[in-house]
Amino acid sequence: MIKVLYFAGLREATGCAAESLPLPDGVADVQGVIDLLRARGGAWAEALAEAKRVRAAVNQDLAQGQSAVRDGDELAFFPPVTGG
Amino acid sequence: MMSVRVQHEDFDVGREIAQLRQGNPQIGAVASFVGVVRDLNEGSAVATMTLEHYPGMTEKAVGKIIDEAKGRWQVYDALVIHRIGTLAPLDQIVLVVVSSAHRGDAFAACEFIMDYLKTQAPFWKKEETPGGARWVEARASDDEAAQRWQQKS
Repeated sequence: MIKVLYFAGLREATGCAAESLPLPDGVADVQGVIDLLRARGGAWAEALAEAKRVRAAVNQDLAQGQSAVRDGDELAFFPPVTGG
Repeated sequence: MMSVRVQHEDFDVGREIAQLRQGNPQIGAVASFVGVVRDLNEGSAVATMTLEHYPGMTEKAVGKIIDEAKGRWQVYDALVIHRIGTLAPLDQIVLVVVSSAHRGDAFAACEFIMDYLKTQAPFWKKEETPGGARWVEARASDDEAAQRWQQKS
């Protein structure tokens, strides 16, 4: 299982703050998980569309599409940050 | 030394600087930056804004930014305080304080930390405007401000 967190506008658009997901065979990176979530369709496909420039973190470090995801990891998706 | 604090409460800049300097006669310069809530953004009046963050990652990300600053400039101590929750125009949002032997290092490290915080620390702002609530969009100018520092190294 992996833990997936959603923040800010992405949490609102998907209606989900956190979930646990079994990591299917063959899914081993951030892009793989994004594809999995997009396949849910509807609000998920829309919120995670390419144009939304969604950012990701693996175990609380900023990550790229090809960053590895392993069982037990904490994955987070969020819009570009706007602090400060 | 470094510290990162994420809090709802306001902060007292004078007190924070005094604490950072306390008992260290090697410090010759302290640079600080205070970010404040404006009443106008993207052409709309802002009544209040609410800041959220990613607990755990925030502290880790800002800690890494401070470490990076310490690798580039001579820095004794650095402090970052970032507020979360609901804030109104005039409220303080963020404080960065850097102490060093000389002003050049203190100024540069302070600006670097702030530029990187804007693009890498997981905070998000939602504004209440007359047209309703809206998430603040990231600015290209913030990315450019952070990229300046990459060209130097």
